Amino acid sequence: MPWLSPSPMTWFASKWRGQHFPRATSTIGIKRLTINKNYGERMVRLRVVRWMASFVLVIGALACTAAYASTHDGFAETVARLATTNFKTKGEVVDELAEMRHPNTRAVLNALLEGALYFRKADKHVFVVEKAGEGWALTDAVTMKAAGHGATSEFTKITTNNGLRKQLKGALASFALTDPDPDVRLAAVNEMMRTLDEDSAAILRKRIDEETDRAVRAAMLSGLALADLGSADADTRLAAINVLEGDLSPEVFNRLAALLERSSDGTYAEPDERVRTAAEAAVNSIKSKRSFYASIETLFFGLSLGSVLVLAAIGLAITFGVMGVINMAHGELMMLGAYTTYVIQLIMPKHIDASVLVAIPAAFLVSGTVGVLIERGVVRFLYGRPLETLLATFGVSLILQQVVRDVFTANNRPVEAPSWMSGSLQINDALSFTYNRLYVVLFMLIVFFVLHFVLKRTSLGLKVRAVSMNRPMAKAMGVRTEWVDALTFGLGSGIAGVAGVALSQLTNVGPNLGQSYIIDSFMVVVFGGVGNLWGTLIGGMSLGVVNQMLEPYAGAVLAKIFVLVALILFIQRRPRGLFPQKGRAAET
Amino acid sequence: MNRKRILGGLAKIAAAMALVAAGAAQAADTIKVGVLHSLSGTMAISETTLKDTVLMLIEEQNKRGGVLGKKLEAVVVDPASNWPLFAEKAEQLLVKDKVAVVFGCWTSVSRKSVLPVFEKNNGLLFYPVQYEGEESSRNVFYTGAAPNQQAIPAVDYLMNDVGVERWVLAGTDYVYPRTTNKILEAYLKAKGVKQEDIMINYTPFGHSDWQRIVSDIKKFGSAGKKTAVVSTINGDANVPFYKELGNQKISAEDIPVVAFSVGEEELSGIDTKPLVGHLAAWNYFMSVDTPANADFIKKWQTFIKNPKRVTNDPMEAHMIGFNMWVKAVEKAKTTDVDKVIDAMIGIEVPNLTGGVAKMLPNHHLTKPVLIGEVRADGQFDVVWQTDGLVAGDAWSDFLEGSKDIEADWVTLKCGNYNTKTKKCSGQNYE
Repeated sequence: MPWLSPSPMTWFASKWRGQHFPRATSTIGIKRLTINKNYGERMVRLRVVRWMASFVLVIGALACTAAYASTHDGFAETVARLATTNFKTKGEVVDELAEMRHPNTRAVLNALLEGALYFRKADKHVFVVEKAGEGWALTDAVTMKAAGHGATSEFTKITTNNGLRKQLKGALASFALTDPDPDVRLAAVNEMMRTLDEDSAAILRKRIDEETDRAVRAAMLSGLALADLGSADADTRLAAINVLEGDLSPEVFNRLAALLERSSDGTYAEPDERVRTAAEAAVNSIKSKRSFYASIETLFFGLSLGSVLVLAAIGLAITFGVMGVINMAHGELMMLGAYTTYVIQLIMPKHIDASVLVAIPAAFLVSGTVGVLIERGVVRFLYGRPLETLLATFGVSLILQQVVRDVFTANNRPVEAPSWMSGSLQINDALSFTYNRLYVVLFMLIVFFVLHFVLKRTSLGLKVRAVSMNRPMAKAMGVRTEWVDALTFGLGSGIAGVAGVALSQLTNVGPNLGQSYIIDSFMVVVFGGVGNLWGTLIGGMSLGVVNQMLEPYAGAVLAKIFVLVALILFIQRRPRGLFPQKGRAAET
Repeated sequence: MNRKRILGGLAKIAAAMALVAAGAAQAADTIKVGVLHSLSGTMAISETTLKDTVLMLIEEQNKRGGVLGKKLEAVVVDPASNWPLFAEKAEQLLVKDKVAVVFGCWTSVSRKSVLPVFEKNNGLLFYPVQYEGEESSRNVFYTGAAPNQQAIPAVDYLMNDVGVERWVLAGTDYVYPRTTNKILEAYLKAKGVKQEDIMINYTPFGHSDWQRIVSDIKKFGSAGKKTAVVSTINGDANVPFYKELGNQKISAEDIPVVAFSVGEEELSGIDTKPLVGHLAAWNYFMSVDTPANADFIKKWQTFIKNPKRVTNDPMEAHMIGFNMWVKAVEKAKTTDVDKVIDAMIGIEVPNLTGGVAKMLPNHHLTKPVLIGEVRADGQFDVVWQTDGLVAGDAWSDFLEGSKDIEADWVTLKCGNYNTKTKKCSGQNYE
């Protein structure tokens, strides 16, 4: 029987793949033989002549397809082994599949990564599934051909874990090296760097001559240099270090630092003196660059924390600083702004990216209106009685919290981050800025300067300043002070709402959001100097930077305590803050 | 929708009042069950669910004819997330209402607050939440996990299956994380991990500015050794923490975070995209595919009239505790606290993950330990579980001063017996 012995091509393929496969091929061969035998016995009696005639044809056809069929079967066998809950087995199968480079390998691995690979409980056959109505549309994982529909309960998901996903991404990256898009190729090279071994280095070495894009080539070169560090030839290692000089990625640093390590008997990990000197120089240059970038990072962290503080405090700088009203409901006005963002996202679920921009004016209106209502309903009866104002606005804050609890429940609400605010701006391997923090800094500056403009350059601003400096005189000049009071309070509250939009991107949106910022807000305003916008800006920023500079040494809890103690001492010496208000208004 | 909720609330109040009235009329025919969970304040989010769970269990038991031929009657009080108020309300339940048993508490500090009350009045408390251990009272049954049923197995998984060599122990600054991290640090050192490979970090409650800490974790984790974060970060602070991890592009594949306080209930209120792949260690997951679990989920969603509500680990603990108490009462043929406490030891009740929970002489349970990875839909894929059940250990074997102490209420009749000095300190709560 000629189809019993594997064809030369199958033999070659199985030898290349290792022991497992010849066995698999031969079992299938035997199965096929027994079927043909039964079939044959019946046939011989009935239609001998016809069988004889087709015999030659059958042999020919089988010989031709044997090569294809058996590779195909090897693939099918391997895919079938995915139907397990053992992650070790799955890992081995993924390795084998990747090495096999079957036309469907990429599709199967992709489906596994995306969690779309299932097996049928009845026969452990593996399928790629897609939702179709109540059930699933099936695609056979081996042939990638449609295989009808099935009910969800008949299938078990082939789950992945972190280790497996990393392995899958690495394996898939080697397929993406030939992608026409250079960005995809670059991502693929970086992905392969995460799981660099001899096999992936060999793949990179093969591709590098065909690579045309400069950035991708550079990434490949440093990847290969990293692999070359393990080379037995000292000159290759030295060349590799020269290539890697100036590369800030942690892998490079770790590998270079490892070369300099001494074992317990005093010998270096790196035997060659020249290589060691070069590695030492490279490590030192990386270290000094790293500490430089680390200080920039700390500054950025401080500025971004400061921006949050300024945003939270700037509305209060109007109501407390300019008007002198101790508004304990200020935090709740921010909370309303954050909830406005949530509601806007509910209204426009398809346009999350734009929703935050829409939320800014909406939050200003909502919080501003509530602010005007608070002023007209409560605060205006209490001007000049700070203690009663404090208690009354505290009561208002409790009412607002409870209203929110009743409407939205006590649970935190999920506010999604728009895509342009997630991720980070990678300057280099040692320095990156997260986008949400960058935008908050930028947003704070815009809010600050717009507010500054309103107060200094508009007729409303003029009236606000006039009323806050000398109320009877302003009244005598024909300014409707009551109307100005309401609008000023509304402006401060609206700004608080806008700050709430920014906070919704940084922290939890829940009924207690306001409480966690109210103390900080008062702290910034008092520190900066009551009644001075610039003071609030400088005060908030410096508190943020000092806090972040202390945090690495003292920890988050102690850093906050230190800042508070320092602030108390400062206020003892300068009770009017950094930038005290001057002039007659300050005396009263 | 809101009006409906208000109306529903009114109806509930009316029903409760009717129940109270009915209860007063036929007080002799009911057994009172106290429910001591915060229904307002910061802990209300988590604890209200547990109150509803107990109410559901009582309703079901009454449908089956109650216990010892008597109906059960719930006495619900609200300690309002206020720790001293917990003690007051506990006193009220035990002295004034004379309840047979109390299901309650969530935070360790609330449990510590009610402990003297239960010991003084000889009450019976079922505590359903995973905690830091180092305690065993005669009057309390701990149906949540002890550290060796959650933290230690999770670390074992990371060490053996994921190959983690560097450890970040991050927690909120209070008793549970501090004690758990102390145990874990001692355990890791016993396993040969060097001091320089352990980073410990504490943050205040509700911390939201994580940029510095996450950046430090990133640097700590890029030293060439596989790194993992063991998180005892509590409550709200988790969301900004995971968001920051996502923004700084730390994926679960590089630095996985295993959390002990993040479950289905906590995930149901947040955007889970940045969390996918991170881990949680519990003794129960809603996604576990067993008939008992499917049945429990269906009952819960019908009871709470919301097909989207999730179940979680402390709910399972209450279910186990409640069923054990019912069995013990039926075995002792009385609700007398002393007799029930004796009858409790050795009682077995099926759990929801296909195993059996057994009450041990140290008042802790046997539990399976499961590690799950967060999915995009807020549920967990179980990636690892212990072969069998793990017996809860009240006093950690890895802490100085605690490893010599045993809790055994059957032979030793003591919650903290020192095996070296051969003495029971007598007072099991100072």
